[in-house]
Amino acid sequence: MSKTNTVLKAAVVCAAVGMSLLSMTASAKDVVKIAFVGPLTGGVSSIGLGGRNSADLAVRLRNADPKAKYTYQLVTQDDECRPNVGVQVATKIAADKSIVAGVTHFCSAVAMGTVGVYNRFGLPVIVWGAVLPEITYGNDFKEVHRVNGTMINQSEVAAKFMISKGYKKWAIIHDTTDYGKGHNKYFSEFVKKNGGTVLSTFGVTADQQDFTTELTKIRELKPDVVYFGGLTPLGVRIRTQMEKLGIKAQFEGTSGIKSDAYIQGVGEKVAEGSLSFIEGAPWEKIPGGLFFTAKYQLQKYSEPPEAYGPFAFAAANLIMDAVEKVGPDRKKVRDVLNQTKDVDTLIGKVTFDDHRQNIVPLVTKYVVEDGKWVIWEDSSYATGKRKLSGL
Amino acid sequence: MSEIGQYVFNGLMLGMIYAMVAVGFTLFFGVLDVIKFSHGDTLMVGAFAGLTASTGVLMLDISSPWIRLLAVVLSAVCVTGLLGAAIAKFLILPLHKAPPLNTLLATLMLGTVMRESVRLFYPDGSNSKPFPSLLPTGSVDIGTLALRADNVILLISGLAIIAGVHFLITRTRLGMAIRAVAQDGETARLMGINFEAVVLLTFALGSGMAALAGVMNGLYYNEINFNVGLLLGVIGFSAAILGGLGNIYGAILGGFLFAALQVLGSALLPALIPNIPSAYKDVFAFAVVIILMAWKPTGLIAEKSSERV
Repeated sequence: MSKTNTVLKAAVVCAAVGMSLLSMTASAKDVVKIAFVGPLTGGVSSIGLGGRNSADLAVRLRNADPKAKYTYQLVTQDDECRPNVGVQVATKIAADKSIVAGVTHFCSAVAMGTVGVYNRFGLPVIVWGAVLPEITYGNDFKEVHRVNGTMINQSEVAAKFMISKGYKKWAIIHDTTDYGKGHNKYFSEFVKKNGGTVLSTFGVTADQQDFTTELTKIRELKPDVVYFGGLTPLGVRIRTQMEKLGIKAQFEGTSGIKSDAYIQGVGEKVAEGSLSFIEGAPWEKIPGGLFFTAKYQLQKYSEPPEAYGPFAFAAANLIMDAVEKVGPDRKKVRDVLNQTKDVDTLIGKVTFDDHRQNIVPLVTKYVVEDGKWVIWEDSSYATGKRKLSGL
Repeated sequence: MSEIGQYVFNGLMLGMIYAMVAVGFTLFFGVLDVIKFSHGDTLMVGAFAGLTASTGVLMLDISSPWIRLLAVVLSAVCVTGLLGAAIAKFLILPLHKAPPLNTLLATLMLGTVMRESVRLFYPDGSNSKPFPSLLPTGSVDIGTLALRADNVILLISGLAIIAGVHFLITRTRLGMAIRAVAQDGETARLMGINFEAVVLLTFALGSGMAALAGVMNGLYYNEINFNVGLLLGVIGFSAAILGGLGNIYGAILGGFLFAALQVLGSALLPALIPNIPSAYKDVFAFAVVIILMAWKPTGLIAEKSSERV
C-alpha cells in the first residue's frame, strides 16, 4: 500500500513539475542566439575581453527590456587573434543554425580569413574592430558588415594631423601581418602626399622581443616621429626600448595600441604623449557613452571595455534591432542590416555603404596624458600647456 | 662607426642572455642526457617571481632600488631553483628510464602549462608588464654610442654568473660530483655520490641561471610577458646544440653566435636587399644554424665523453 502511495505521489509531483515547466515555456520569449568572436586569450586579449563584455552588456540590457520580443543569448568564441583558429570558430558558429548573426573579430588577419566562411554559410556578421579595408572592400559578400572605419580613414587623419603640427620626417615600424602592412601602406602614402618624408621602414614579426637593432638604425636616421603600425604588445616593447636607446622622437601609434594595457605596460611616465587614432566619434562625448560606461560599471566586469568595446556594443545592438524587426531569420536579418542608414548608436550615426562599410564621418585623436588616453582636443597638449616630443 | 659599436653592444647583451639559457640546457643534458624543453618557461616564471617580489617590497614602503633588486634576484632564483628541482624529482627522474622522447614531450607540455598558468592566474597576466628599472640609468655617450650604466652592469653580472658557474663545476666538490654523475651515473653512485641529490641540485642550478637570465631580460627591456620564454627557450636550445650540447663553452659560444647572426640579419638584410624587412632576421639566423649543423653535426665544440659538463 505504502509503495503505491509513493508511486502516486511521485507521479503527482512529476505532473506538477511538468505542468509548471510547460506554463513557463509558454509565457517565456523565444531564445535567439548571437555569436561574439574575438581574441579572448593571447597578447591582445584585453581588447577582446573588453569587446566581449560590451556585447554581453548589450544583450543583458536588451533582455532586461520588457518590450523586447525575444530573449537573446550570446555565444562567445575565442579566435586567439590567429587566422587558422578564427576560421575554425567561424565555421563552427556559421554551421550552427540556431545562431542568427555574429559580432566578429578584432584582428584584421583573422577577419580576412573568415569573411568567405560567413558568406558560404549565409551568416550575417558585423565586424567590430578589424580595420583592414579589404575585409569589406576586397569582396562583395552581402553578409559582411563593419561598424568601425578602415585604416584608410585612420591613416589619412593621422598623417595630416602630424604634418599640420610641423613634423616632417618619419621612421616606420610595422608588424608583417595584414594589419601592420596595411597601416604601413596607407600611412606612407598619405605622409608622402602631404609633403612628409619616410626615412625608413622596418617590417618586424608580430612576436618579436628585441628591437634594438631596428631602433639603433632609427636613431642614426634622426626622424621626428617613430610611427608604429601594430598592436599593443609590440607597441609596449618598441616604446620601452626607444626610451632605453635614448630616442627622443615622438611616438605615434595606430588604433591597435589604444588600450589601457599599453599605458600599464609602458608605464605612465614613458607612455606620456603617445598618440593613437581611432575611427568613429569620441563616444565619451555622446550622451549614450555615459549611459554605456555607467551600465558597464554596474555589471562589475573584471576587464575595462577598452577602445573597441563601444563598437562591439553597437554591433550587437544593430543585430538585435534587426531581429526585433524581422525575426530570427538569417536572410532577413542580413537584408535589414544591409539597409542600415543613419541609425543612432553609441559610436555615432551608422550608415553602411554599398560594401556594407560604415561611412565614418570622423576619426578621433587620442594622446596619453597623466596615465590616461585623453581626446586630443581636451588635452593640455592641444592648449599648448604641454608639448609633444620633437617640436 | 659608433653605429657598429651600438650593434656590437646590443649583440653582446642579447648573447649574454642566450648563453645563460643555453648553459642550462647543457647542464641538464650533461648530467642526465635529457632535453628539458620547459627551460624557457622556467626563465619566464623566474622573471615573474622577481616582478612579484619587487611589487611586494614596494608595498612594504621600501623604495631603495638595491634592496628591491636583491629581493627580485633572491626570489627569482629561489622560486625557479625549487621549481627546477621539483621538475627533476617528479617529472624527469621518474621518466629517466623511458625513451628520451617522452621526457622531451613531457617537459614541452609542462612548459605550456607554466606559460598558460601565468597568463591565466597572474593578475592581468595576458598583458605585457613593466619591469622596474632598478639599476642606475646614467649613460656615457661615445659619439652616438650610448653606453648605459645599467646595460654595462648587466653585461658584467652575466659574465660573473657564467664564470661563477664555471668555477663551481670545475673547482668545487659539488662540481666534481656533477661531473662524476655526468660521466657515468652508475659508477658515481657506487663511489658514494648521492645521485638524486646531485641531479636535483644541477636542475636547481640550471633553473636558477634561467631565472637570472629572465631578470636580466626584464631589466634590459623593462618589460616582461608570459610569452617571453617560448622563443628564448628555442634560441637557447639552438645555441646549446650549435655550440655542442653537453659543453658549457660551446653553449656560451653558441649563445653569442646566435645573437651575432640575429643582429647581422636585422642590420644587414634590409640594407643589402631593400625588399627584405628585418622580420627575416630569425629566418636568417636559424637558416645559418641549420647550415652550420649540417657542416658540424656534433656542434662547433664537439663533445668529448671525458669532458662532459
